[in-house]
Amino acid sequence: MISTLGLVFISIGLFFDFVGCLGLVRLPDVYNRLQASTKCITLGTCSILFGAFLMHGLVAAGMKALLCMVFLALTSPVSAHALARAAHKSGVKLWEKSVVDKYEEDGN
Amino acid sequence: MRIRYILGAIVIIAVIAVILFYPLSILFYEDLPYLPFLKRAFYILLFSCFLCLYRIARGPTAADRAVTLDMLGILIVGFCAIMGISTGRSWYIDIGIAWALQSFIATLALAKFLEGKSFDD
Repeated sequence: MISTLGLVFISIGLFFDFVGCLGLVRLPDVYNRLQASTKCITLGTCSILFGAFLMHGLVAAGMKALLCMVFLALTSPVSAHALARAAHKSGVKLWEKSVVDKYEEDGN
Repeated sequence: MRIRYILGAIVIIAVIAVILFYPLSILFYEDLPYLPFLKRAFYILLFSCFLCLYRIARGPTAADRAVTLDMLGILIVGFCAIMGISTGRSWYIDIGIAWALQSFIATLALAKFLEGKSFDD
């Protein structure tokens, strides 16, 4: 029962990983790609690690998977924010059909 | 100028050849009841990694490549989790933790480098 639940979590994670990579290939802009891929791949990998925790059980490997999940959920938004800020400061243009650029309007 | 495309094509063809001809039954030795599902999960993650490699080769700016490198690092952590289940060797999770740590620090350093600053301000 509980390993079936783990397989369901791994399936959800694989779907989100694949959709995130598809967005990384298909979207037109650095910011769009960042927005599509960061959230999707972080959620997908966290789901895979939670499925691994359910399938290992309460042993050392399962607790390490849980620890790795918490670490990824904490650090991935930080690195995505740093990358978006660095891309904007290094002068990467937005897509020509983008509507608004609040970070430019604030005078940074 | 042209030589780097030839070298990159040689490396990518060599990686594909290793993946196709490497006996993957070495990796999946254990007699699990859900082993075909884990093999499909393995190949789906491998295909996602190749999509990331396409974006690294094709990306117009350096920021694209930095973003994709970060995403590739997170994908490899999930890959290590799948391998840890399918082989029954729990030290793959340790590789995942170490990869997540170094990927985070490398991404922060790349972001600092893209802004045009030096590393210590």
